[in-house]
Amino acid sequence: MNFTGQWVAFKTIVYREIHRFMRIWVQTLVPPAITIALYFLIFGQLIGSRIGQMGGFDYMQFVVPGLIMMAVIQNSYANVVSSFFGTKFQRNIEELLVAPVLEITILLGYIVGGMARGIAVGSIVTLLALFFTDLTVNNWWITISMVLLTAIVFSLTGFINAIFAESFDDISIIPTFVLTPMIYLGGVFYSIDLLPSFWAKISLANPILYMVNGFRYGILGVSDINIWQAYGMLVVFVIIGFSVSLYLLAKAEKLRT
Amino acid sequence: MSTSLPPSALAITGLKKTYSDGFVALKGVDLHVESGDFFALLGPNGAGKSTTIGVICSLVSKTSGTVSVFGHSIDDDFAAAKRCIGVVPQEFNFNQFEKVLNIVVTQGGYYGLTRKESLVRAEKYLRLLDLWDKRDVVSRTLSGGMKRRLMIARALVHEPRLLILDEPTAGVDIELRRSMWDFLQQVNKSGTTIILTTHYLEEAESLCRNIAIIDEGSIVANSSMKNLLDKLSQEVLVLDVVESLPNDFTLENFRCHWVDEHCIEVSIDREQHVNTLFTALEARQLNVKSLRNKANRLEEMFVSLLKNPAKHLDADYPRYNFVSDEVSV
Ligand SMILES: Nc1ncnc2c1ncn2[C@@H]1O[C@H](COP(=O)(O)OP(=O)(O)O)[C@@H](O)[C@H]1O
Ligand SMILES: [Mg+2]
Repeated sequence: MNFTGQWVAFKTIVYREIHRFMRIWVQTLVPPAITIALYFLIFGQLIGSRIGQMGGFDYMQFVVPGLIMMAVIQNSYANVVSSFFGTKFQRNIEELLVAPVLEITILLGYIVGGMARGIAVGSIVTLLALFFTDLTVNNWWITISMVLLTAIVFSLTGFINAIFAESFDDISIIPTFVLTPMIYLGGVFYSIDLLPSFWAKISLANPILYMVNGFRYGILGVSDINIWQAYGMLVVFVIIGFSVSLYLLAKAEKLRT
Repeated sequence: MSTSLPPSALAITGLKKTYSDGFVALKGVDLHVESGDFFALLGPNGAGKSTTIGVICSLVSKTSGTVSVFGHSIDDDFAAAKRCIGVVPQEFNFNQFEKVLNIVVTQGGYYGLTRKESLVRAEKYLRLLDLWDKRDVVSRTLSGGMKRRLMIARALVHEPRLLILDEPTAGVDIELRRSMWDFLQQVNKSGTTIILTTHYLEEAESLCRNIAIIDEGSIVANSSMKNLLDKLSQEVLVLDVVESLPNDFTLENFRCHWVDEHCIEVSIDREQHVNTLFTALEARQLNVKSLRNKANRLEEMFVSLLKNPAKHLDADYPRYNFVSDEVSV
């Protein structure tokens, strides 16, 4: 199939992916919005007022970028892992495998679908945040590019998880035991300046720290880490994640018999 | 003036498949299906029908051998080969939570049809398959027969030259089966080559011009339907006779099988007339009380070709039971 054909197939997958999470919005858009609104209320409003300043800002202002990023990470991951695993489980992946759609087209379709959900929930959370605090964006370019790159990385991670997953347990293990701890310890709620230097150093090995801080830098102009290091890391993750996903999909050892 | 022959709709040579658990499902299958044919691949459960189809439409990776569809090799020219094929798998493999129309339109998109084009095609085929009224229904709630027709509409949306159906009428009731046969015959008349697998012999007999029989991963017969039926031209009549018959009873010119002292089975060839049988019986002063035809001869011959006839059982579909296509994390 020529480029036009692949482009149509790509649009079809993206459309289907967006249609899927919109159709079940009660499961896909509402719960994360409620959870994060509760974080705003509890950490930002109730406890935050006692914490005082963090990184030179009110705690509420400090925590909002972290929580937006948390929404983007969790939802781009969740979308791709659920959708692709479901497709595998119900075997409608075969609809794609019998058609002349290139692997790269399939992968790009799922990534953009995951990004769409991450950005959709991220936007809802941002709107909710406006009820609690003012938001001014320090640098739009950095803010937006950080969100996009992070959404790509976690769409890819979700995709790899789904390829290996053989049961519904397999797609909740990683989010529960790996992703959530990494997010919570990744500077969403605090500046690593607060940590003893040993733990601060350990934290530097957590990639999510770079994403959260990169995004926070875009909005507030403060960061625990060097912004270029954050970009470097994200780009490396995108390249590795994309190559691994494409390899697994092309080999398709878990998809074809 | 020489004209090159048009390529076969399907050419399979030396196809072997060993599954990852070491099971050899195909032991060197050769199969040729001409363009325009209505072809049956007949075989009992586990014979390798679905595996063969899986390889043709790239859902199963082959171990060795070659497959080409209208001259396009599935290895070297996979996009062109895939475009020629529409497949209706044995098991339901659409998203159970998606609406009927969306399933068909989306499939068109995978073949490069724009949404507009795909909607037109989807309407055409859903109407033909009597599913247009159900277009906004979630596919999970369709009846078994409707689900199967949905998969046929989905397979036709890109208007393939070769339609492959894997046991399309398994689990479909007899009335719907007939209307599905009519539909497939129309599709075939309009120029689409059709291959179907079945273990219903009646289906192959009434639909198909050519037939191959597969068993335990090998083709055991491959000919025109007519040829195969000619081989089966012998008819077995069961006669109940008033007089007692000795168990070594024989009749000149006929093959007899003694069942009990008042019953014999007699085989007669197509050239022989039933009259001559009665003349022979009369000469022996035997009176026939009743006469009937012994059960489906094709069925018998089919079973006689198989290595392990006991496997000739009905198929079932796996059932999914989960409630939504989203998992919370
Ligand atoms: N994924 C698999 N792994 C191992 N063996 C398989 C697999 N799929 C099918 N088989 C075996 O291969 C044989 C042929 O299966 P199949 O092609 O589905 O037969 P049919 O469609 O004629 O009923 C069967 O014995 C089946 O158990
Ligand atoms: Mg089968």
